[in-house]
Amino acid sequence: MRIPCPLCGTRDRREFYYYGSDDYLNRPAADAPAAAWDDMLHNRDNPAGVTRDLWYHETGCAQWLAVTRNTVTHEILGSELVADLKTGPKSARKGGEK
Amino acid sequence: MPSLIAKTPLEGTWPVTHGGLTLAEVELTRVTSVSAPKVGRDLAAGLKALGVSFPKPNQFTGFDAVRMVWTSMDQAFMIGGDPSGLSGAVMTDQSDGWACLRLEGAGADQALMRLVPLDLRRDAFPPGAAARAPLNHMQMILMRLEPDCFELLVFRSMARTAWHEIEEAMKSLAARAGLV
Repeated sequence: MRIPCPLCGTRDRREFYYYGSDDYLNRPAADAPAAAWDDMLHNRDNPAGVTRDLWYHETGCAQWLAVTRNTVTHEILGSELVADLKTGPKSARKGGEK
Repeated sequence: MPSLIAKTPLEGTWPVTHGGLTLAEVELTRVTSVSAPKVGRDLAAGLKALGVSFPKPNQFTGFDAVRMVWTSMDQAFMIGGDPSGLSGAVMTDQSDGWACLRLEGAGADQALMRLVPLDLRRDAFPPGAAARAPLNHMQMILMRLEPDCFELLVFRSMARTAWHEIEEAMKSLAARAGLV
C-alpha cells in the first residue's frame, strides 16, 4: 500500500502511523450536548467503500494527513494535509510526485 | 573552567570500503532548524547573503560551505552556516543532535535502496534531491550530492546503528558482485 503525501510524494505505508477516522477533526463546541461528544469520541461508521481517516507521516515530513480510500478495492483516492484543511493549501508548500 | 574535548557522533570509526563503496563520517559544524510559514524579504535576503535559498520540498540548496535542506512543512535545516544574521524565521540549534554519514561510489543508490523504501535511481532521485525517509526504522534526512555520492543525517543516538546497517548493505552488495 502506498500513500500520496502532498509534501513528500507517494510513499510506502511503513512510513505512516494510522490514527483512525477523520471524525476526530470534527470537534463539537464546548457546550455541545454529551451525545455529540460521545459521537466524536466513540461512535464510528464501518463503511464497505469510501472512508476517510487520519495518518501521520512519521518517518517523513511529520505531518498529519487526511487520506480518502476505499476499503473494498483498497484504492487510495487522495490525501490532504490536515494543516491545510481550514486555510486551504499554500502553493509554496506544494511538494510533488517523485 | 576545564576545557572539554568535543567528540563527533562516530568518534573512533574510520572510513570503510567494501566493493566500490566507501562509507565515512562527515563532521557537522553547525546545524540550525529554520522554520518560517512564509519566506519574507528579510529571510530571503539573509539566506541569499549566505549563498542559499529556502528549499522546496524534497530538495536542498547550496552545497559545501552552507547548505539548506528541506525537512518538513515550512521548515529546513541549515547545515554549516552561521544563522546569526537571519531574521523572519524561528530557529533552533540542532548541531549536537545529528550525525552525518557519506556513502560514495558507483552503486551507492543500490546499497541505500536495501534500507530506504524509495526509488533512488538517478532519474527518480537526481543530484540536488533530498528526502525525509526511513533508514530501516530510523528517521533520516537524505541528500544526493552527486550521481554517486549521498549524505544522510540521522539522530546522533542512532549513528552507530545507521553505520552498521549501511555497512551490512555494502558488504552484501560486494559479496554478490564477487559471485558473478
